[in-house]
This record gives sequence, structure tokens and C-alpha cells, in this order.
Amino acid sequence: MLSGAEIVVQALVDEGVEFIFGYPGGAVLHIYDALFRQGSLRHILVRHEQGAAHAADGYARATGKCGVCLVTSGPGATNTVTGIATAYMDSIPLVVITGQVPTPVIGSDAFQEVDTVGITRPCVKHNFLVKDVRDLALTIRKAFHIATTGRPGPVVIDIPKDVTDPNVKVPYIYPREIRMRSYNPVEKGHPGQIKRAVELMLQARRPIFYTGGGVILGNGSEQLRALVKETGFPITSTLMGLGAYPMSDPQFLGMLGMHGTYEANMAMHECDLLIAVGARFDDRVTGKLEHFCPHAQIIHIDVDPSSIAKNVRVDVPIVGQVASVLSDILRVYREQRAHLQPPSLADWWAKIQDWRALECLRYPDSETIIKPQFAVETLYKVTQGDLYLTSDVGQHQMFAAQFYRFDQPRRWINSGGLGTMGYGLPAAMGVQLAYPDAQVACISGEASILMCIQELATCKQYDLPIKIILLNNGYMGMVRQWQELFYESRYSHSYVDALPDFVKLAESFGHIGMRVERPAELEEAMRSAFAMRDRLVFMDIVVDPAENVYPMIAAGKGQHEMQLSPHHADRELA
Amino acid sequence: MRHIIAVLLENEAGALSRVAGLFSARGYNIESLTVAPTEDPTLSRMTLVTIGNDEVIEQIKKQLNKLIDTVKLVELTEGEHIEREMMMVKVRAERQDREELKRLVDIFRAKIIDVSEISYVIELTGHSGKLDAFLNALPKGLIIEVVRSGPTAIARGPKGLTL
Ligand SMILES: Cc1cc2nc3c(=O)[nH]c(=O)nc-3n(C[C@H](O)[C@H](O)[C@H](O)COP(=O)(O)OP(=O)(O)OC[C@H]3O[C@@H](n4cnc5c(N)ncnc54)[C@H](O)[C@@H]3O)c2cc1C
Ligand SMILES: Cc1ncc(C[n+]2csc(CCOP(=O)(O)OP(=O)(O)O)c2C)c(N)n1
Ligand SMILES: [Mg+2]
Repeated sequence: MLSGAEIVVQALVDEGVEFIFGYPGGAVLHIYDALFRQGSLRHILVRHEQGAAHAADGYARATGKCGVCLVTSGPGATNTVTGIATAYMDSIPLVVITGQVPTPVIGSDAFQEVDTVGITRPCVKHNFLVKDVRDLALTIRKAFHIATTGRPGPVVIDIPKDVTDPNVKVPYIYPREIRMRSYNPVEKGHPGQIKRAVELMLQARRPIFYTGGGVILGNGSEQLRALVKETGFPITSTLMGLGAYPMSDPQFLGMLGMHGTYEANMAMHECDLLIAVGARFDDRVTGKLEHFCPHAQIIHIDVDPSSIAKNVRVDVPIVGQVASVLSDILRVYREQRAHLQPPSLADWWAKIQDWRALECLRYPDSETIIKPQFAVETLYKVTQGDLYLTSDVGQHQMFAAQFYRFDQPRRWINSGGLGTMGYGLPAAMGVQLAYPDAQVACISGEASILMCIQELATCKQYDLPIKIILLNNGYMGMVRQWQELFYESRYSHSYVDALPDFVKLAESFGHIGMRVERPAELEEAMRSAFAMRDRLVFMDIVVDPAENVYPMIAAGKGQHEMQLSPHHADRELA
Repeated sequence: MRHIIAVLLENEAGALSRVAGLFSARGYNIESLTVAPTEDPTLSRMTLVTIGNDEVIEQIKKQLNKLIDTVKLVELTEGEHIEREMMMVKVRAERQDREELKRLVDIFRAKIIDVSEISYVIELTGHSGKLDAFLNALPKGLIIEVVRSGPTAIARGPKGLTL
């Protein structure tokens, strides 16, 4: 016989949970007491509940497992909402346990009462309010099942305090298997559709793979690599899919979309067959819809039927798990290809090489000022890809996506859908806890980092040797860039005045701070930072305040209307 | 185009608000929505009337299906179906209007289900269009109150929307 509080703890143990990211308060005190009396779950005390959600999310993205949070009712729950919405937009599996006021007073505006289920409904995959302790174990099992299967996502379990009463004990059975009549996500793709897809692939003259976060979420990286190699097709990826296919491979054209490469966006525009894999045709990717892939037939593989044909018409929809569908396609492709010779792709690759020759990412180097691109290149040089890199939101995020080369999945961890400033540092904590011996860095901007800066204390408490790579341009660079380009350089409130001394700030939390201002010193400084394997090092890197992210598809433009950096003015567009 | 979608939902607290929230969050039209438990008390059946082009309706169906509480869904307007709505109308029924009202009740096969000195309550069931026609036919100025259930519907033939 267990109490509700003990059931919560035991169920998490039975789920194989390693870490709970949390913050206590009145409504969860029974659960915290049960946590105190056990030895197998590790509770990580964050400094703000937003940090708990992001840390659990970072842990989930790096490991593929479900992240878990525990917070109190009212403000504890509302503080997690940004983190829950961040996970929801990027389809990250989380289980968030929130305390609630006791059932008899729900609805009476009791102390620290909010309608958590109501507030979180639009940004969760599902949520539960548990009103009876006898439902608790099954509900927790359902929550993990829903969060981690199909298209993953966050699930909230709201538990009133009386449901965890230590004096009310009930029998505990944790169901291993679960079947829900209302929830049965599709696994395998339809064989007829797979055959049709292969037929199109064998006829295509200008094919391209467009892959996204779904390949990483569904662990389909291996199958993707095999298929891309077998077909010899070019491949591009969204921001969320980077690393699923090795970025240093010659078949990879770079990221696509608003700040993607010229070759990737042009190849999309000119292709005659688009094979979309676990990507959701986001507006940052498609540009103006009427110019999107005008000549292409489209195959779309996605586990969520509602992703298919949401923004763009699709010729061959395939609902299923990426790994399963891609290996089925590979098998049928091999069988069919034995009987016929697909068209040569030589002309197509020649065209792509022309676009590539433009070197759209080239930037003017400087001896006197650190270019943010140079900082990311140096980070790559120093770490050689052996890194988990989390990011905040802004120009630094785009430079990282463009200039760091991720050759493995789950190494690039950032908020794409919601674009949440403040995500990077707590996410890095989740990653470092999951992989204590790995190198983990957080790339950030001086505006973003302040949004969850309090987590430096968490890093100290748990000795997390994260490297913070702060590209300090003194501006909300991404905002300033838009104001420069679209508001005639009226920099309305995008200058971050009164910045703290980040070195002293890091030191005051018990960490090491470094400030780097000259290009010649950067590599050495980074090497020494990464050499400190057991310390958090906060690198305040002063970068060019005026640098912009290029190339760029401006809002309302088509994917073929890329704007290159002014530095390219001398070059003809192919 | 007007579409009628029937949904079997888990009879859980909050299921209805998930549907309503989905429509407002995604900006879909909702003409009417009715819901009640079925003969199996663990299931509710909802009838939803909405307006949109084919792509929007396709997304609405997918999004409804994606709700964890949705067990099964069918678009009734895709096939032969029967649609019924129930209405109760309270009308002023002074002596001089009573004959006219009774005649209309006969013509529309409605029923008078409550009578007072000066009022009737009239009940009428049928296709929503018939209900509209009845309201239009009532002499001007007599209506005190109208309550309509919103349409419910069922497919023709032996096939049912069941588990
Ligand atoms: C400042 C900023 C700039 C940005 N610029 C760009 C840009 O230039 N280019 C760019 O690409 N993005 C950019 N983004 C990110 C953009 O907003 C979107 O987040 C991103 O494009 C979506 O990526 P995705 O299509 O891979 O979808 P995700 O959000 O990763 O969605 C994954 C898809 O895969 C499906 N899926 C999940 N699991 C599986 C599975 N197991 N099997 C099959 N399918 C599955 C899901 O249903 C979903 O449809 C930017 C973001 C920010 C904040
Ligand atoms: C929580 C939140 N508020 C506002 C924004 C809008 N926004 C996007 S990028 C950005 C500026 C980020 O500045 P900084 O962290 O210094 O990065 P930089 O662009 O300079 O590299 C802002 C304000 C956001 N994405 N998230
Ligand atoms: Mg900045």
C-alpha cells in the first residue's frame, strides 16, 4: 500500500526516470517528502521553474528519453508555461507534474490556485487533472506513453494536494503495457504509398531530400544516411534536423530556409521531386508559399497526419515512423532499381555546384574585431565536432547553425518553433547531467543569457562544467538586423544598455569568467576554457556589433529570392 | 461549404473544452456543437457543424482526430445522412393570434407543449432549414424566446459510428 506521494515517486522509478528537475512549494510538499525518503531518483533543484522545463527538455533532446519536472501549484505552474510551450512547438517529450490545491477547494480562488489544465491546454499534447489517488499510477503511465510515442510532446499531470496525502494508502500496481482505444499512433507506412514514392524517386531528374526534426525525434538518422547514400540525391535540412545527416558530407547542401544556404534554397526551388522527411513546412522554410518548389512533386513522410498537407499540397503522403518508413523505402528502392536505370543526376549536381561556387556564407574577416562567424568557426576548430551545443535565440543561433558542423544527431539543441530566449543555459544543464563526461557548450547573446541567468547557481550546485560561449554584440542583434533592413536603421529599444560585467557575474556565482576582445586571442582562450574539464567557464566574447546574418529570405519573398551579404555584391547570382 | 462531423469522445472531464479550444486556437468556424453521453456511458458523441473549404475541413478532421480523447470520427456530409434539430419557441399567444399559431403548428407538424393565458411553447424537430422556415413563418413580433439544440445527425443505412 502506498500513498499518492509515494506512488508518484515509485511510478517515476518504474518508468526508469533518472532526473527530476523541480522546485518545491506547498502543493507538492507531500511529494517532496516522499522524494526525501528514497534513493534512486535524482532531483535537480533549479532556480526558476522555467529552467526546470528547459533543463528537462535539453535532457530529452540529448538522450531521446522523456524529461520530467516537478513544480508547485499557481506560480510554480505558470512559470513552467514558456518551457512547456517551447517543448510543444518542437515536439519534445516531457512529463510535467504540477501540484494543485486540494480537490475540495478547487474553483474557490484558493491560495496559489490557477487552472493549470486550462492554461496549459493549448501548449501540451495532453494533460490530466487527477482527482482520485486510485487513478494516479495509471495516469502517470498514460502520460509517459502519450509523451513519448507518435509525435512526441509535453504532457502535464496536475495533482491536487489531497491526492498525495501520506495518510491515504492504496494498492500500487504499475501497468507495463498500456492500450488506449482513443490513441493509436501509426508505426508503419502504407506499402502502396511507399511503392508510389519509390517510383517517383526512380524517375526524378532533380530530386532533393528535405529533412527535419522528425528524423532526430524518431531516431531515423541511420536509415536516412543509408537511403541518401544509396540514391545519391542531394539533401538539405531544417534548423531542427541538423546532424541527422552529417553536415560535412558533400551530398549535404546546408540548412535551408530564411537563413539557409543559397544552394539549398535554389535546389529546393528548382527540384522536380521533393522528399520531405519529418519536417513540417514551416514558414521560415517555405518563404512565400506561391514560390515554394513550383516544379516539384512532393512526397511527405510524417508520423502526424495533421502535418501533412497543412501548408503545402502533397502528392504522396506517407504516415508513419521515419525509421520504419525509410527502411521500407530503401528496401523497395533496391528491389526496383535492379530492373531499371534511373536518370543520371550529373546535370543536377553540376547546377548545384554552380550555386555552391557562390560561397554564400563567405564573410569579410577582420584582424581587429571578432566576427561572430569566426567565433563559431573557432569553436568548431577547438572542439572538432565533439560537442553538445545548446543555443539561445538570435543571430548567434543562426551563426551556429551555419558555421558549426554537426555530424551526429542530438548534438544541436535549440528552440526553433517558439524561439525562446533563455532556453540555452538550462537546456545545457539537462544535457550535461545526462552526459557528465561530454563537452557541453551553450552559445548565447548578451540579451538571451540574462533571461535564465539564475541557473548559474544550479550549475554551481551540481558542478556542471558547461562552457558558455557568449557572442556579445551589445545589441539584440536579430532585432537590430531587422530594424536596419526594414525600419531604416531606427534601433528602437534593441540596444542593451547597462550590461553586467559578465566576468564578475560568473565569478560571483563561483564560476570562471573570461573576456576576449581580439581575434588573435580567441582560439587560445577557447582551448584553455575547454581544457578546464571540471569548471563552468563563461566566455564573454566581444564581437562585431554591426554584423548581420546572411544569406536571408526576407519576409514575403520566395525561396529563390535570397538576399546575399553586401560583401557578395561583386558576384553575379547564378 | 457546410460540413457535419460526428465524433465519439472519451467521456472525460475537459474533453469538450479541448474541442472548443482547438477551434478558437486555430481560427476554425464553429456553427454549432452538441454533445451528450451515448448508451455506453464512457463515450460521448459530439455533432459539430462547421464551414470551410476542403483543405480547412481536412485539417479540422485531422486536428480533431489528433486529440487524445477522440476515439472515432466521421464526416456525415460525405454520405447519405439524416439531420435533425430540436427547437422550442415561446410565443405570445393572445386570443386573436391563437388560430393562426395553431395552423402553423399543424402545417409544420410541431407541437404545443405548454399553454398559459397569453403564451404557448411550441416544440419542433426537423432539419435546421425547416426550423428556420418555421421561425420565418411566425407572425412578426410574437416570439418571446427561441432555444435550439443545434443539429445532430446520423448516417443512413446499417453502418454505425461505433467502436
Ligand atoms: C531566429 C530563428 C530563425 C530561424 N530560421 C530558420 C531557418 O532559416 N531555417 C529553418 O529551417 N528553420 C529556421 N528556424 C526554425 C523554424 O522556426 C522551425 O522551428 C523549423 O523550421 C521547423 O523544423 P522542422 O520542419 O524540422 O519541424 P519540427 O518542429 O522539428 O517538427 C518535426 C516534424 O516531424 C514529425 N515527426 C516527429 N517525430 C516523427 C517520427 N518519429 N517520424 C516521422 N515524423 C515525425 C512531426 O510530426 C513534425 O511534423 C528559425 C527559428 C528561429 C528562432
Ligand atoms: C523570450 C523572447 N523574447 C523576445 C524574443 C524576440 N527576439 C528574438 S532574437 C532577439 C534578440 C536576441 O539578442 P541576443 O541574445 O543578444 O542575441 P543576438 O541576436 O545579438 O545574437 C529578440 C529580442 C524572443 N525570441 N524570445
Ligand atoms: Mg546580442
